[in-house]
Amino acid sequence: MSSSRASASARMGVSPRTLDVDRVRRDFPILARTVHGHPLVYLDSAASAQRPKAVLDAVEDYETLSHANVHRGVHLLSQEATAAYEGARDRARRFLGARSTREIIFTRGTTEAINLVAQSFARPRLGPGDEILITALEHHANIVPWQMVRDQTGCSLSVAPINERGELPVDRLIERLTPRTRLVAVAHVSNALGTILPVAEIVAATHARGIPVLVDGAQAVPHLAIDVRALGCDFYAFSGHKLYGPTGIGVLYGREELLAAMPPWQGGGDMILTVSFERTTYNELPWKFEAGTPNISGAVGLAAAIDYVDRLGLDAIAAHEHALLEEATAGLTRIRGLRIIGTAAQKAAVISFTLEGVHPHDLGTILDSEGVAVRTGHHCAMPVMDFFGVPATARASFACYNTRADVQRLIEALHKAREVFN
Amino acid sequence: MELKDLYRDVILDHNRHPRNFGRLEGADAHAEGHNPLCGDRLTLSVKLAGDRIEDIRFEGKGCAISTASASLMSEAVKGKDRDTVRRLFDSVHALLTEQDAAPGAELGKLAALSGVREFPARVKCASLCWHTLNAALERGSAPTVTTEVPDEVPSDLASRLVGEPQ
Repeated sequence: MSSSRASASARMGVSPRTLDVDRVRRDFPILARTVHGHPLVYLDSAASAQRPKAVLDAVEDYETLSHANVHRGVHLLSQEATAAYEGARDRARRFLGARSTREIIFTRGTTEAINLVAQSFARPRLGPGDEILITALEHHANIVPWQMVRDQTGCSLSVAPINERGELPVDRLIERLTPRTRLVAVAHVSNALGTILPVAEIVAATHARGIPVLVDGAQAVPHLAIDVRALGCDFYAFSGHKLYGPTGIGVLYGREELLAAMPPWQGGGDMILTVSFERTTYNELPWKFEAGTPNISGAVGLAAAIDYVDRLGLDAIAAHEHALLEEATAGLTRIRGLRIIGTAAQKAAVISFTLEGVHPHDLGTILDSEGVAVRTGHHCAMPVMDFFGVPATARASFACYNTRADVQRLIEALHKAREVFN
Repeated sequence: MELKDLYRDVILDHNRHPRNFGRLEGADAHAEGHNPLCGDRLTLSVKLAGDRIEDIRFEGKGCAISTASASLMSEAVKGKDRDTVRRLFDSVHALLTEQDAAPGAELGKLAALSGVREFPARVKCASLCWHTLNAALERGSAPTVTTEVPDEVPSDLASRLVGEPQ
């Protein structure tokens, strides 16, 4: 557990819960399978986390018993489906600490949420001379949508640098704010490096200059309790499948006054009040931004995932993962030729690394043959790879269901890779 | 799926000591290959004498399979004419993607790549250099070739994944 988290718990008079990892593992059916004859060690949750039975059951129950289209019919199933879908929206609202469900837009995921803000918020407002500021550690999903806006509007895109530990010095970001900066878009946690960014501090500095902030929370929500009002950000995006929920569902939180002023992004059913061939009246928030039949079972699964995470306690999950991160960091550091990429003081449970003489792609294959699943490649963050002068890394990421034995299996598999390439 | 079938001694040797590594002065054709999955990049330079590959070099950074495959390819195609290289390409492609393909004698040391087909995620690593060579020979100076071509998934991949022992 990080000291700041521990002291926060102490201040609130709450003793941090601990995680019974053996019990947690029984909640995840996939962990019972073997891979190439070995029990699965799943260390790729930062790419996509596995789902607990509670999520699988909630989706199946909805599909089996209550499915119909939402907001459409007076019949019972449509009412049940609508209640489930809108109930999930309120669950997401509470999870983020948002004021109103009008501020919770369901999307396909973080990527679509950022694209929505790019096209509906930034594009109509920006022109030549205006600037969007991002950071050097962003995922491609928080780079490319802004490059598209740049090409559409003639604005420019600037990049706040990171240091050699993979941290973002806030003063270096502030230096890059200009009178023409119209939006700042930052990750809350770096997917490639694990760095936790000081988002509240960034928002405070940026808001002092009247500039709105979007936070890419895809990697943060599984590890940190989020309160969008305490953070003060204007937009916050995350994906269900990094949070033990289904793929194809995510959330965009936006401050209501900003969302209300934004034009719809896509047109279609559900986002309208009245349509004639002459004119259309758009629906209220949040439905104005949800054209077409939404991913209803995805929303139901996401709500179940949030319930699950809440039941375990994000503080307990974070403490558990942090212990694994420390153990893995110590163990990996002892392996000859191993270099950890990203050594920020504040890190989520992600370790990117390279092993001298073994390309990450070969490493991935060898670890896989030992039943250890890690991500290898550029992690959709090619500028980060360029910064550290590597074409790719291997990345192990830890979740609530990982154990100290998993860390040991990773270390043994790395020794095996050393042997193969000796 | 045996790791030692993939990382055979020949492969490890060519990875550690790649042959024909570097850039060729006065080359007639260049091509760059890129595997977006892993970020590997490969640059080939080729010197032609009429229809024949007189000399070939490659440079770049890649995994053991992609480095060894490029090194083996450079040895195999040197001195060969275009038709022979095209036939070799077809044989290597079959070797990498068809489960029952028996390596023909024409493959020589390239047969060491036969273990790759057991590792569907790695086929593109081995084929990158061949696509790049193809581009260099077809177009002289070609734009970047990527491995994102639809026919690179082994034909029986789906059945093999389903049949994976639990």
